[in-house]
Amino acid sequence: MSHIRIDNLTKVYMGRRSRPRNIHDPEEHFGDNILVLNDITLGFEEGEMVCILGPSGCGKSTLLRIIAGFEPPTNGTVRVGGQVVSAPSDQSIFVFQQGGLFPWMTVYENVGLGLRHIRDAATKHERIQEYVEMVELEAFEDYYPHQLSGGMQRRVELARALAVNPDLLIMDEPFSGLDFLTHMKMREEVVNMHEFLRKTTLVVTHDIDDALIMGDRIVVLSGRPSAVKLMHALNFPRPRDFEKNPGLSRLRSEIFLMLGVPYAV
Amino acid sequence: MKQHNDGEPTMKDNPEQAPDSGNRSLRLGLLSLLVIILLWEVLARGTGWSVHIFPDPLTVVFSFVELLRDGTLLRHTVASLFRVTAGFYLAVCLGVPIGIVLGRSVNARSLFNPIIQFLRPISPLAWIPLAMLWFGIGDPPAIFLIFLASFFPMVVSTTIAVQNINPTYFQVAANFRFSYQETLTRLILPAIIPDVVTALRMTVTIAWLVVVAAEMIAVQSGLGYLILDARNALRMDYVMNGMIVIGVIGLLLDNIMKRLGDVESSKWGIQAR
Ligand SMILES: Nc1ncnc2c1ncn2[C@@H]1O[C@H](COP(=O)(O)OP(=O)(O)OP(=O)(O)O)[C@@H](O)[C@H]1O
Ligand SMILES: [Mg+2]
Repeated sequence: MSHIRIDNLTKVYMGRRSRPRNIHDPEEHFGDNILVLNDITLGFEEGEMVCILGPSGCGKSTLLRIIAGFEPPTNGTVRVGGQVVSAPSDQSIFVFQQGGLFPWMTVYENVGLGLRHIRDAATKHERIQEYVEMVELEAFEDYYPHQLSGGMQRRVELARALAVNPDLLIMDEPFSGLDFLTHMKMREEVVNMHEFLRKTTLVVTHDIDDALIMGDRIVVLSGRPSAVKLMHALNFPRPRDFEKNPGLSRLRSEIFLMLGVPYAV
Repeated sequence: MKQHNDGEPTMKDNPEQAPDSGNRSLRLGLLSLLVIILLWEVLARGTGWSVHIFPDPLTVVFSFVELLRDGTLLRHTVASLFRVTAGFYLAVCLGVPIGIVLGRSVNARSLFNPIIQFLRPISPLAWIPLAMLWFGIGDPPAIFLIFLASFFPMVVSTTIAVQNINPTYFQVAANFRFSYQETLTRLILPAIIPDVVTALRMTVTIAWLVVVAAEMIAVQSGLGYLILDARNALRMDYVMNGMIVIGVIGLLLDNIMKRLGDVESSKWGIQAR
């Protein structure tokens, strides 16, 4: 049985207007209600890194928010580990696109957010320290988020998420807004982290190369109302290289085409 | 070296330097004060008005010392400060929690916002007749008026501060399974502190404005009463003394609140948002 099961998931956002905006296409906007996700059925295995691609505004973030339990689906169900998701839980930690750290807490306090239940101070300290070191931020424990660079802030968020040892890690565009080198390093770190911990991880990204390099599985959504256009397991050896791997290269061109760019740039 | 056109500025032409600017603005401030006192002296002499109508600086200084010696000034200042503190404290203790509830609950907002928005623009001074009828003479009506003057600004600023909290933080809180109490102490309170400190600073000024007015009607002590009493005795020098003390204390109150703001903003800077 797969770790995450999404069955016939549909999401409609209610608008304020009740008449259709586009008479010729009442399906898309019935009233001003926006059909975002249309009958999505997916299944992911335990420990997989799943990369989700799709055009902007197609509902990728919405899908992740529903899986995390922040929003109820309009129809259908999401199961994580057999349990139907109905509310947020510390077993599925969401890593926000940006600005998810509490600015009034230091790096140390932020990483310790999910460890509040640990009574023993020494164990707790050790645990926090372990994850701060994992993202190489020792010596920055007492810094406030605004004193860190964008990349460092992302690493703190990653550490905070991993520290609670969740079953599922959900990342919404974890590399957006980072410069090229930081992006590459972060990507490598996330891949290494995943190799090491083998935690089920969902990553939404705009970057096709990110998805192909990182993912054990790739999902491409169509434009709104979005449906699954492609779901493909990536059984390519790591580290991956487009030049040495014609199969990967071919898939890349296919996906570019699928997303509306007729040639791989 | 290449010759530049005449009049083209070079890099090192930068005469204004910063290091001494704090000292300098203080010196300029003192200078302007001196000029005003001089002008006052000139006016007092030039107009030829009697000292009972327009006292000169020296007369005011002498009567100031006199009022300071016999303890009148201290007594009235303490009375005013007590009222402001009591009214302001009550307003903050009630206003901030109510603001938090209004900021968090749409229902509470729909229920109470109309009343608050209706009462808010009514000057606290318009409440004077009712305050005197309900609370009689003495401290209570004055404290009530100061409370009214500070309560609405505190509620409104706190409500806005809570509504402005980044919604992502509440999702993080839900994700890490915060209890209601933790959401309050670890999220809402720290998030609104900078805004609330700013509101405190604005509001204490309003409270200080109102105390003087309140003391002119309902009580027999305080700086407002001192001014009223001095006017009845035609002692304009005492009136001026009252005004000077009010000004100085207003300045001090503002300064204390500003310090408070500096402490907090240095903790999790404004630049963080
Ligand atoms: N709270 C909401 N209320 C109404 N409509 C919403 C809401 N959240 C999202 N939408 C709509 O749902 C659609 C999908 O939004 P979503 O943020 O999931 O897109 P996305 O795929 O993550 O886009 P991007 O790649 O730009 O981040 C958008 O058209 C948006 O207008
Ligand atoms: Mg998004």
